[in-house]
Amino acid sequence: MAKVLIGHMADIDKKGARTVRYQDLEIAVFKLSDGEVRAVENRCPHKGGKLAEGMVCGTAVHCPLHDWKIDLKSGNVYEPDEGCVETYETEVDQASGAIYITL
Amino acid sequence: MAATKKLVMIGNGMAGVRVIEHILKLAPGAYDITIFGSEPHPNYNRIMLSSVLQGGTGLSDIVINDWEWYRDNGITVHAGHTVTSIDRVNRKVVSHLGLEASYDTLLIATGSSAFILPLPGADKEGVIGFRDIKDCQIMQETSLSYNKAVVIGGGLLGLEAARGLLNLGMDVTVVHSNAYLMNRQLDKAASMMLKEELEAQGMKFLLQKQSERIHGKKRVKSLSFADGTEIEADLIVMAVGIKPNVQIAKDAGLNVNRGIIVSDFMETNDPNIYAVGECTEHRGIAYGLVAPLYEQGAVLAKRLSGVDTEGYTGSITSTKLKVSGVDVFSAGQYDEPAGTRSLKYQDEVDRVYKKIVLKDDKLVGAVLFGDTGDGASLLSLIRKGESVRGREKELLLGFSAGGAASGKENHLAEMADDEIVCGCNGVSKGTIADAILQKGCNSVSAIKACTKASGSCGGCKPEVEGLLKIYAGDNAAAPVKEGICGCTTLNRDEIVAEIKRMGLKTVKEVMNVLEWSQPEGCSKCRPSLNYYLGMLWPTEYKDEKESRFTNERYHANIQKDGTFSVVPRIYGGVTSPSELKKIAEVAEKFDVPLVKFTGGQRLDLLGVKKEDLPKMWEELDMPSGHAYGKMLRTVKTCVGNTFCRFGTQDAIGMGVRLEKEFERMNAPAKVKLAVSGCPRNCAEATIKDFGIVAIDGGWELHVGGNGGVHVRATDLLTIVKTEDEVVEWGGAFLQLYREHANWNERTSVWVERVGMDFIKKSLENGEERKALYGRIRTAIDQIKDPWQEIIENKELRKNFESLVPAEALQS
Ligand code: SRM
Ligand SMILES: Cc1cc2nc3c(=O)[nH]c(=O)nc-3n(C[C@H](O)[C@H](O)[C@H](O)COP(=O)(O)OP(=O)(O)OC[C@H]3O[C@@H](n4cnc5c(N)ncnc54)[C@H](O)[C@@H]3O)c2cc1C
Ligand code: SF4
Ligand code: FES
Repeated sequence: MAKVLIGHMADIDKKGARTVRYQDLEIAVFKLSDGEVRAVENRCPHKGGKLAEGMVCGTAVHCPLHDWKIDLKSGNVYEPDEGCVETYETEVDQASGAIYITL
Repeated sequence: MAATKKLVMIGNGMAGVRVIEHILKLAPGAYDITIFGSEPHPNYNRIMLSSVLQGGTGLSDIVINDWEWYRDNGITVHAGHTVTSIDRVNRKVVSHLGLEASYDTLLIATGSSAFILPLPGADKEGVIGFRDIKDCQIMQETSLSYNKAVVIGGGLLGLEAARGLLNLGMDVTVVHSNAYLMNRQLDKAASMMLKEELEAQGMKFLLQKQSERIHGKKRVKSLSFADGTEIEADLIVMAVGIKPNVQIAKDAGLNVNRGIIVSDFMETNDPNIYAVGECTEHRGIAYGLVAPLYEQGAVLAKRLSGVDTEGYTGSITSTKLKVSGVDVFSAGQYDEPAGTRSLKYQDEVDRVYKKIVLKDDKLVGAVLFGDTGDGASLLSLIRKGESVRGREKELLLGFSAGGAASGKENHLAEMADDEIVCGCNGVSKGTIADAILQKGCNSVSAIKACTKASGSCGGCKPEVEGLLKIYAGDNAAAPVKEGICGCTTLNRDEIVAEIKRMGLKTVKEVMNVLEWSQPEGCSKCRPSLNYYLGMLWPTEYKDEKESRFTNERYHANIQKDGTFSVVPRIYGGVTSPSELKKIAEVAEKFDVPLVKFTGGQRLDLLGVKKEDLPKMWEELDMPSGHAYGKMLRTVKTCVGNTFCRFGTQDAIGMGVRLEKEFERMNAPAKVKLAVSGCPRNCAEATIKDFGIVAIDGGWELHVGGNGGVHVRATDLLTIVKTEDEVVEWGGAFLQLYREHANWNERTSVWVERVGMDFIKKSLENGEERKALYGRIRTAIDQIKDPWQEIIENKELRKNFESLVPAEALQS
């Protein structure tokens, strides 16, 4: 397990996301409207859609390809669809705005 | 310029005046026009006489063109003058009051008269037809002092007259020679249903009766029949058929059969004389309905205006019985002529009867009783003339949700469990049944949430409703009011009204104030609110890119592997060798996996990596083609008169101008335009949202077409003369659509929902049109080319790049 500095709060728009590649992984890092940061694997359990490109509503993201809705806290897919994505712990240094992900 | 020619028209009725209206638009000033009309009224809508009689509509409501219109257009009109002779040698006509007029071109549009059975006593007072305002007035006056009315003829017109007389408080008996009402359209069974329906409304019937003699002194007293029986009558309305008014044409030596014989260009055998409307006979047919006559009129107007036309080749007609509470529709060859076969469906409980008539696998006729919802679809299939083999049952049992519900249920019940109901989401009948039976879904939206069936294009909603009926039966929830999405119960109009009323300015504000159940909404309401706010406050509202779909945020179409496609704008489909070279070089430089000509006359570079997008745009140095947005997409053009031998106008130039005018326009859904240089329509303008077809001296403006999931041909909006008018009408139409349509509603759906009348009314006034055009200009002028914006703005560009983890930097 490693805690990796991936960027700063200013790098991500509210209700937006950026991607980060770490070894073989592609991770989508979201900033919710209240400033909270969430990180999940950037792969929709349905057909691999890039979740970072989806629309963020509250604590969920809608996949851009077929509109599956995925909870960014638990990684679970909302009904009626089934599945889940890997989630990663995030930490924000309030003073510097630095974002760390535990991988 | 050629000297003004003298055009004289005999008959001031529906078909003729329609021709004049067209000529005034196509060739203004070309003719000095004089009209003779027997009736003392301006041109009025004869069809509406039934409504006038049935109440609720006044005589003044049915005037199509008032006297002022004639004056404004410099038309001399002799109302109350019946033309009694045509002098073909000296080219002049004379009226019964001795008025003369000479012509260069003569137009006969005398229509027809009610056929009055030649019974002894038929000339008595109180015996009339049902044809004009005078007949209507006689019926109304008679009803004030008499009570017993007899209508001879149990067809469309007779029943409409009878219904009107009932409304006037008279005691009405319909006499019909056949054993069945509307026997030409309906089968015995359907005819019986109709009779019961009308009896319940108070109509009486005497069937299989041959009228023989009308009795009375001066005024009618009774009618007797061949079987010796007799019925009292204070008024007899004959509605047994029509007789084309051809006497003056015959006297003048024109070729006349049942009607005046005309060619495909409405020419008689005298090159200076044309005829149009019910008085004519074209390819052996004398029509008695307005639609075909208007088609004839359009051809004739083009002919007289020197505009190219392919001629009139005949029409397939349809009729509806205009009696409230009774729905009867018939179209095409409904009376099963030799060589046809028919399929019938009859439901005594719901009182529905349907018949389709087939000839060699093609649909040629249809009759609907009780539920006429499928009439338009059937008529369009008849017109298309394509094979319907294998679909006969579907056609008979109905397209629409309400249509022949029980027949449809049978079909659904028989369907195999693994058969797919929702094609978009691959949901089978079994899955839906399971959701209803096992998971307790009791509404369409519950089924949608549970299985996704009907969640995408919505085309299968009627089937889902049907399955719900079968499996949930009485447990199905009463339909609840559905909002624009699951987050609210408000519909589009309510939301827009509230935004306006309270001056709401952000998506968040709207959701808060209107009590959204989900605080940040969903992928449906967010983009719609973003659109409505932008439409309402074009100069103030700051577009929320986070409330837009991926494609509209990255200004490219996302592909299934997460790459994107790039479609630069190529105005009107016209490019140049150097532009093509540039595109080719960029494609090579960025290793674009596939370059493809789109169906929209431009190039698509597919499979582009997200991070390459801004760089590619920069090198292309072309505006975005907006192939991804709910915006103006392409303006397709044909070569037009620039090169084509048939071209009547500069279609390319018009297309390029329109594309420059409306590019960057946000809309409720995507918008496609096309301009064709002549009615051959090589740019397929009549399946576009706004399609323009050039004609000699003008442009036809067509709206509401769609070539996608549900193909829909356009409706004609109007005909204009200049390119400026095309732009103004186009802009006004698009703005009307922007202001009234639901988000994600294409013009094709919107036009059907609001109706062409609304659209025409909203656009016909010059001032309102200009105001609408002004508003669309303001809206578009706020928006910059998104590619350019991203190239120039680092903050926007960052989202196209990946973050780089610190460790990777260190290593
Ligand atoms: C590229 C193109 C196909 C081609 O290679 O020719 C295309 C590609 C797509 N079409 Fe299309 N359509 C293309 C012309 C058409 C046409 C033909 C036309 O415009 O003349 C139609 C029918 C005409 C019409 O719209 O009235 C058409 C009807 C649709 C529809 C159905 C729309 C409807 O109202 O029924 C969709 C689905 C939608 O919009 O929701 C669609 C959706 C799509 C999408 C955007 C699907 C998506 O959301 O990802 C496709 C994107 C592929 C990509 O990754 O680039 N496409 N699409 C054409 C682009 C034209 C252009 O230059 O902009
Ligand atoms: C009650 C009723 C309901 C109808 N409902 C429908 C319907 O639902 N759908 C539909 O499609 N059609 C309907 N029709 C038929 C439709 O109204 C006619 O097809 C249409 O009006 C024919 O147009 P026209 O111009 O050929 O003739 P008309 O509208 O009859 O015009 C001809 C005019 O020429 C005048 N005229 C005749 N001879 C002379 C002369 N020698 N000199 C001067 N003037 C002359 C006549 O007085 C008349 O005003 C209905 C008709 C009636 C009467
Ligand atoms: S028809 Fe259009 S939407 Fe369907 S696969 Fe082809 S391009 Fe994609
Ligand atoms: S790939 Fe995400 S919804 Fe289909």
